[in-house]
Amino acid sequence: MTNENNKALLKVDGLVKHFPITRGIFRREVGSVNAVDGISFEIQERETLGLVGESGCGKSTAARVILQLIPATAGNVFFKGRDLTSLDKEELRKQRQHMQMIFQDPQDSLNPRMTVGSIISEPLMEHKKLQAEERSQRVEQLLISVGMNPKFTNRYPHEFSGGQRQRIGIARALALSPEFIICDEPIAALDVSIQAQVINLLEDLQEEFGLTYLFISHDLSMIRHIADRVAVMYLGRIVELASSQALYSTPLHPYTQALLSAVPIHDPKLERKRKGTILVGEVPSPANPPSGCNFSTRCPRAEDRCFKDSPEWREVSQGHQVACHLV
Amino acid sequence: MTENTQSTEIAGDERFPEEELETLTQHRSLWGDVWRQFRKHKGAMAGVIVFIFITLAVSLGPLIQGIEPSAINFSERNFAPTLAHPLGTDNIGHDTLAQMLAGGQVSLAVGFSAMLIALLLGTLIGVLAGFIKSLDGPLMRLTDLFLALPILPLLLVIILLFRDTLRTLYGPEAGIFMLIVFVIGITSWMHTARIVRSDVLGIKEREFVIAAHSIGTRKRRIIFRHILPNILSPIMVSATLGIANAIITESALSFLGLGFPPDFPTWGRLLYDGANFIQITPARVIWPGLFIALTVLSVNYIGDGLRDALDPRLRGR
Repeated sequence: MTNENNKALLKVDGLVKHFPITRGIFRREVGSVNAVDGISFEIQERETLGLVGESGCGKSTAARVILQLIPATAGNVFFKGRDLTSLDKEELRKQRQHMQMIFQDPQDSLNPRMTVGSIISEPLMEHKKLQAEERSQRVEQLLISVGMNPKFTNRYPHEFSGGQRQRIGIARALALSPEFIICDEPIAALDVSIQAQVINLLEDLQEEFGLTYLFISHDLSMIRHIADRVAVMYLGRIVELASSQALYSTPLHPYTQALLSAVPIHDPKLERKRKGTILVGEVPSPANPPSGCNFSTRCPRAEDRCFKDSPEWREVSQGHQVACHLV
Repeated sequence: MTENTQSTEIAGDERFPEEELETLTQHRSLWGDVWRQFRKHKGAMAGVIVFIFITLAVSLGPLIQGIEPSAINFSERNFAPTLAHPLGTDNIGHDTLAQMLAGGQVSLAVGFSAMLIALLLGTLIGVLAGFIKSLDGPLMRLTDLFLALPILPLLLVIILLFRDTLRTLYGPEAGIFMLIVFVIGITSWMHTARIVRSDVLGIKEREFVIAAHSIGTRKRRIIFRHILPNILSPIMVSATLGIANAIITESALSFLGLGFPPDFPTWGRLLYDGANFIQITPARVIWPGLFIALTVLSVNYIGDGLRDALDPRLRGR
C-alpha cells in the first residue's frame, strides 16, 4: 500500500460478499444474495469503529469476511498493509493470532464439552509453544484480567452466567495479545446491567493492551458511548461514516436521521416533543435490491434520480462521508 | 453506566459463597468425574455387571466345565437339564452349556469387531461428508448405493470369492472370522454415516466452531476437539445397536451356510439349529436367545450411561 495508509491498522477496500442462490437438480445459479455489497473503510490504530445497522443488513457477514472466515467475492482487506485475501492458508492461520473475534451468543460460542481452562488455552496451544506450567499461568492471568476468579479453570461453560461466559469468550480472544478485535454484537444477548459491565471491561482492556476494535451493534446509544467513529450500514452498503460526535449531532443520510430519531431521550419533557421519523415498508430483500439508491424504497425524501442512479460515496466535510444524492 | 472499578472485581465470587468455592475449584480429573456420574446410572451399572458376567462366563467357563463343545455322545441325546448337563443336550449329544460358552466367545468377538469396523467407517465417512463440502455429494451417494444394495446376495458373492484365499492364508477359523467381521462391518456403516453427517452439519455452524476457526485452529484439530466430542451421543447409540445387529447378521450368515462351519458353534447358529427342536428341548432355543438379548441390552445400558457421563451438562446432577 501507499505511504498515506501507514497508520491504518485495517483497511477494507470494496469488500463484496454474494451468496449464490441455486435452483434445480443441476444447481444452476439463478441469482445471489448481496449480503455485503462493496464496503470500504479504514480503522486507525487504537481506535474503535462502530458499525450499526438493522438486522439482516450484513454486519455479521461483513465481520466474517473481514476475518476471512468466509471467502470474499471481491475486494481486499489489508491488515497492517498485508492483503489478507491473497494469503495462503498457513500464512492466514499465522495472521489470525493478531486479529480475534468476540461473538454474540456466549451460550453458543464456548464448546460445552471443554473446560474454561482448555477453552482459553486453545489459541495458545495453536500458536505458541508453551510448557503446561506457563500455559496455565497465562490462563489464570487472563481470567484475572477479565475479572474472573482464576480458580475456575476446571469448570464447564454451562456452570456460568451469560455475563461470565462472555468474559470467558473475551479472555479467549485476548489470549494471544491481538492488536485487533472484532466485537460482533457482544452485548446483544446480555442483560442491560451486565451489558454495562462488559462494555466497561472492553474499554478497560482497550486502554490496558492498546486494542483496536470493530464494534458491531444495533444499539445506537451503546455505539455512541464506545465508538470513536461510526459507520451506518443499510442493505449491504455503508451509507454514512463519520466521527461519533458528528454523526450524532448532524446526521446527513435520511436513514441515519431516521435511526437516530428513534432513540428515546432521557428527559420526559423532551421525549414527549420528540418527533420520530417512522420508516414505512420493510427492508428490501438483499437478493433483489432496488435499482438506484438502496434506500430509495423507504426514503421519506426520495427524488426521481434516487430511483435511477446509485449515489456516490463522497466526503462532505473532514472525515464525514455519506452516500446520498440529497446532501 | 457503572463505575470502571466494577469490572475488575472478581465476577465468579458473586455466585458462590466462600466455603462453596473450596469444593468447586478443587482439582478434579475428567475421568474421575465421568466414573462418578456413571456409577449413579443404575441401569448402566446393572449393564456393566451383566456384561462382565457374560464375558467372564464365556472366557473362563469352558476351563471350569471341562466338556469339549464338539464332543458327541449318542447315548445322551435330547436330554433335559441334568447335573452332568446343566442345560441339557442336543439331538446328537452335544452338551448345550459347553456349546453356549464356546459360541459366546465367537459371537461376542464378531459383534464387537464388526461394530468397531462399522463405527469407524461410518464416523469417518459421516465426518468427511459433513465437514468437507465437496465430498458431501459423492460420499452420500456412495452411502445411498450401499443402502440400496441387496445385502445377502452381496455377502454371498464376497464370501464365495474370498473364503478359500483367506482360509489358506490364516487357517480355516481365523480366516472365516476375519471375513465375516469385515463383511458385516462394511455393510452396516451407512446409518452411522448418515446420522453423523447430519450432526456434523449442525455442529459445524455453531459459533464455537467458527470461533475455533477464527483462532486459527487447524481443521484436523477442529474435528477432534470440537466436532467429535459433540456428536458422541448418536455414535454411542449406533455402536450399541451395531453389536446386536452384527450378532444377528452373523447367525443369519451361518444359517445360510456362508458363515462358520456347521460344527463351529455361535449363539446365532445354536438358535437356528435349536428352532427345529423347540418342542423336544426348548432350552436349546431359550438360552442362546436369552444371552443375545442380555448382551445387547447390557451394552445398550452401558452406552446410555457413558453418554450421560461424558456430557458435562448432565454430570453432577
